[in-house]
This record gives sequence, structure tokens and C-alpha cells, in this order.
Amino acid sequence: MYAYDDFDADFVRARVADFRKQVERRIDGSLTEDEFKPLRLMNGLYLQLHAYMLRVAIPYGTLNSRQMRQLAMIAERWDKGYGHFTTRQNIQFNWPKLKDVPDILDALADVEMHAIQTSGNCIRNVTADHFAGAAADEIEDPRPTAELLRQWSTDHPEFQFLPRKFKIAITGSPNDRAVTKAHDIGLRMVRNQAGEPGYEVIVGGGLGRTPMIGKTVRDFVPKADLLPYLEAILRVYNLAGRRDNKYKARIKILVHETGTEDITAMIEEAFAEQKALFQAPPADLVARIEAAFAPPDFDNTQSLAFDRAQADDPVFRSFVETNVTEHRNPAYGIVSVSLKPVGGTPGDASAEQMRVLADLAERYGHDELRVSHEQNIILPHVRKADIPAVHAALKEAGLATANIGLLSDIIACPGMDYCALATARSIPIAQEIATHFDALKLEREIGPLKIKISGCINACGHHHVGHIGILGLDKAGVENYQITLGGDGTETATIGERTGPGFAADDLIPAIEAIIDTYLDLRHTADETFLDAYRRLGAAPFKDAIYDDRHDSARAA
Amino acid sequence: MGRQKHPQIVTANDLFEGDVIYLTGEGGWTRIHGEAAVTHDADEAQRLLAIAQAQPGQIVGAYLADATIGADGRPQPVHFREAFRTRGPSNYFHGKQAEA
Ligand code: HEM
Ligand code: SF4
Repeated sequence: MYAYDDFDADFVRARVADFRKQVERRIDGSLTEDEFKPLRLMNGLYLQLHAYMLRVAIPYGTLNSRQMRQLAMIAERWDKGYGHFTTRQNIQFNWPKLKDVPDILDALADVEMHAIQTSGNCIRNVTADHFAGAAADEIEDPRPTAELLRQWSTDHPEFQFLPRKFKIAITGSPNDRAVTKAHDIGLRMVRNQAGEPGYEVIVGGGLGRTPMIGKTVRDFVPKADLLPYLEAILRVYNLAGRRDNKYKARIKILVHETGTEDITAMIEEAFAEQKALFQAPPADLVARIEAAFAPPDFDNTQSLAFDRAQADDPVFRSFVETNVTEHRNPAYGIVSVSLKPVGGTPGDASAEQMRVLADLAERYGHDELRVSHEQNIILPHVRKADIPAVHAALKEAGLATANIGLLSDIIACPGMDYCALATARSIPIAQEIATHFDALKLEREIGPLKIKISGCINACGHHHVGHIGILGLDKAGVENYQITLGGDGTETATIGERTGPGFAADDLIPAIEAIIDTYLDLRHTADETFLDAYRRLGAAPFKDAIYDDRHDSARAA
Repeated sequence: MGRQKHPQIVTANDLFEGDVIYLTGEGGWTRIHGEAAVTHDADEAQRLLAIAQAQPGQIVGAYLADATIGADGRPQPVHFREAFRTRGPSNYFHGKQAEA
């Protein structure tokens, strides 16, 4: 894992010390809220519906056991004993007190963590494939690039006052698990004809009120050219991006209004200039970063324990089916730990659970943990022979839910249970869906299905790219839920289509059930997934099913 | 002096704790919605809001919220957002509702 050098450590400490003084000035009345707000946001501190919220960056979703234990300590000491892992691969603490925040930031700095650039119109935390460095389908681990991007973008003077926030996602695999096409910039590692790895660069994706799939502006950028190429994109955006209207300020609007061809030409022109000016990062820094992400020392001892446990224990077998993914080393598996127990809050983990995860990573997982954008925790490198023991420990901690990729593995944003911008709740909808279908025992029969829920048009819950997306709105003082179908966040990215009028909360679950029944009735075989069936059938049969005996609320809405 | 559709109260978040608070008739703050000062008059509402906004060292983001008067004579929230703010998160029992 990347370790801070002295510069990084001093930089983070200095920021904490500054912020401590600003908090003191706010509390003693020297700063008004208007003056203080931008300062707290720059340090990841929001004011939510019921309390402050501190958003902590987990760069490219990677952390070690020591960091996870510190998050547990913070949750217990300064919060209500839990943390919330988010679709941005961050963790949010929902209940910090203002005066404690500088101490929390110091505690984070103790383990090389911070909350910088988790807010504001800057380049945010770079997100990455949560299986990076472990996935069997990967060309190369993209995290050295992600770390380079982090260092390059942190406090880059030119990119501190962009028209709007800017999000970069990166993957080293052809199977896109990082939703690269719905980010301001998506980077997908590919090989050129000579077999060298470089990046396909996708620009102008985004969700929110105007969802867009990103456009490829270059099929192949050699690794050495990546930073100047990205600087060129940022420069074009900084100069041409709209600043008159917050809702039209993301780069997706610029790409859309300019057209892919013209924006590509502008980027190439800027790149030609930028490349000449660009000072490459020092070779020793690049080497140090690469070394930090070298694969762990894999233990290739053969063992039958894994196969035996699968043969003997049906609970373990079903866990393996959904929660264990092929590793690049055949003696290993990638274990996904679901933070979606039936009826629970997607993404929440208690301090105790965080400690269990830290212990397991340390004992069985080469000390590595990942946060996935799907709000789960990954143990990326577990020897197959150890997976039965890991499973047993997870079971004891209430962490062995075997539902990864299935109906109840739902992404839900905080919604109106926490978020000040929400127009409706999202977590209770996730809870109801999971509980309802758990009772029907249909989840495995239904197969791969991604349900994603947002509590307002900002789309933090990625609903546009859910196979079934749910958007909570406020219709004349009542919570109302719109459904979109056929969304996809992978390499075949698609924005879901709205079915029509929304549903009152009570009518939503029957509507979801009608959609799923329609799928089960009409699929060719059990192997045809929901998304495949939707693509074959189109929206019509699903709309017929939910608007057939039209609920009054649906018609009225 | 326009009478408004709904009576109103003033609410905000506490600067130090961040939690939801309501302006009382004495110009102080309570964490209990039912104890909030209620007004039926638009000018009076603005006056209450000004009292709140004059306390930037105590509170953040004061605004007027609609209320109704319950059978007990105390104000009750109208909009579901304000109802949630009186209780805390609904995903499970924690926050304000657990501390009352
Ligand atoms: C303090 C609470 C939050 C606030 C104020 C907030 C605000 C916003 C806003 C305003 C947007 C729309 C941006 C645009 O369309 O230009 C947005 C988008 C987004 N947020 Fe949040 N959000 C919050 C919590 C979260 C959480 C908890 C997550 C992760 C679970 C998240 C992840 C995202 C994502 C993935 C998007 C859509 C991608 C994009 O277009 O940027 N946000 N957020
Ligand atoms: S989608 Fe809306 S409700 Fe959900 S977290 Fe984002 S801003 Fe809040």
C-alpha cells in the first residue's frame, strides 16, 4: 500500500492545524457561518438534516487493517458507534460534534487519512475498481495511476476553482466495475497494438439531473502521456465550462453542448501545448508508487479445504456462489463482504464489525481492505483454503449475508434519513424491498439484479444506472417514487428509462414485484438476466404490468 | 399582517451539536417541536426569524416552517421533512427519538 512520505504527512497535519483554528474562530464568534462554511466543506464537514456529517476520503477505496481500526475507534469515540460506506468509496460519520472534528481529523492523520477534497469544485477522491490488483480479468493494477492522479490533483493550483466538482474513476479491467462511463473522466486500461498498456479516456459522463454516458475522446493514451492529457481536458473545461448556472456547469454539459468531435479537437490542441510544458513526475516517485502496489507475496500451497467446505456446507456453498470472485492467482479468491443484511441500512458497519474486518484482513488478507462503490467491503486477497474460516468469522459478526449482485444488494443514498437535500427517503425503501423479497425466497431464482435508490435528483445512489432505479421525490408533500428500468453502470453503460408516473411508497413494492414477476414470466431461460431480458423485450411489458390495474396514486402523480 | 395558510415556527440547527432546534417564545431554543413559539402572522414570523438570525454564534440556517396546532394546543409539523426532523432517522431507532 502507498505510505505517506514526510511531505504528505506534514501537509495533512498542517491542514488539520489550520482547520482547528478556524473551528475555534467559528465557536468564539470571530467567523460567521457564511465565512466558515466553505472552510468546513473543504475539510469534508457538512451540516446534514439532524447533525454534522464528516466525509472521509478513502483513496481508490483501499485501506489497511490499522486504518479500518482507527475508523472504528472514531465511530465509537466521537460518533454513534457506526460508519456509513458510500458509493464514492468514502466513509461518512453521521454524528460528529463541531468541536470534536479537529481531533477526528488528527486521528485520521495518525493513520494517513484525511477529508480533503471530499467537497467543493475540485478534483474529488479518485475512485477505482474495488477488485484492483486482484481481479482475474485485469490488465494491470490501476491504483499506481490512481495514486499518481491523487498526488497530481491534490491542491493543484489550477484546479481548485473549477466550474463544478470533478470526479475521475479508473479501472484496469475490460469488465467495468468502477462505473467509468458515468464520471467526469473515466479511464479504462487497454492495450495498444504493440501490447503496451495505456488508457481509453472517456469524458463527460455523469448522473444527477442530466444523466449522460461519457464519450470516448481517445482510444489510447500511453501511460506517460496520461497526466498532460488529463491536464489538457481540465484546462479546456476550466476555460470553456459554463459558470453561469450550477446545473449546467459539469463537464458533461460542455461535452454535450460542444459535441464530441469539437471537444476532442479542443482537447488535442490543448494536449499538444500541455505535453511540451509538462514536467513529468520524478522517476523515483513513480517507482516508489509502483512498488507500493506490488502484489503481496502469494502463498501457493495447495489445499482441499475450500472444496471440502463447499461440498459439506450448503450455507458456505451459497456464500461462495455470490460473494467469492475469481482471483488472478488460482490459489486465492476475492471475498466480498456484504453490508446489506436484510432489513439493514446499506453501507452501514458498526465499530465492532469494522474491527472484525480489520482482523480478518490482517490475519487472512495480506492486510488489505477495499470499499466498493456498491457499499460493500472487499477482502481482495484471501487464500481459498482460508475462506471457510473467514466465512465463519463473518457469520459470527453478522457479516455473512450471501447476496452480492442479487436483488437485496441495493445501493441506497442516505436520503431523507440524513441528507439535507433529500426530497424523500431511500434507505427504508431498500429495507422494505429486501425484507419483502426475503420472505418470498425468490432472490436466487431472480439472479443478478441491481437496484439503486436515490433520495433526490442529485442521484448519489446511482439510480440511473440501476437495472431497476428508484428516485424519491416530494409530490405535494408526500413521498413519491419514480422507477427507471434498464440502466447499466458497466462497460455496456446505459441510462435507465423512466416507466412513467411515480408511485406512493405503499404502491412501490407491489410495482417492483410486478416488474420482477414479468421478468420471471418472460425470460427465455433462467440464464437470461433481468437486464438481458429487458433489452430484448423493451419497456412495454413491464409498463403494462405496473400500470395495468393502474393505482390511483400512479395516475394522479 | 397577512394571516397565513399555516401557523409557522422557526427552526435551525445547533452550531455546536448540529442537531435540530426550535425558537421558543423567550427567544431561546428548545429541542422539542411542541415547545416552539408559533405565529399566525406573517410580520410576526419575520420578527421571530430575525431574532433567530441575530444569534449566529448559537445556530445555523434558521428558517420558517409550517405547523398545525394539535389537540393539545402544541404545534405539529406539516411537511414530512419537518416531521422527520423532530425524530431523527427512520431507518432504525437512533438520533433524537432515542435521546428524548
Ligand atoms: C452531504 C450529503 C450529500 C450532498 C450534499 C450531496 C450532493 C450532491 C449533489 C449536489 C450532486 C449532484 C451534482 C451534479 O449533478 O452536478 C451529487 C451527486 C452525486 N453524489 Fe452526492 N451528496 C451527498 C451525499 C452523497 C453520498 C452519501 C454519496 C455516496 C453514497 C454521494 C455520491 C454522489 C454521486 C455518485 C453522485 C452522482 C455522480 C455525479 O454526477 O457527480 N453523495 N451529490
Ligand atoms: S441523492 Fe439527494 S438525497 Fe441522496 S444523498 Fe444525494 S443529495 Fe442526498
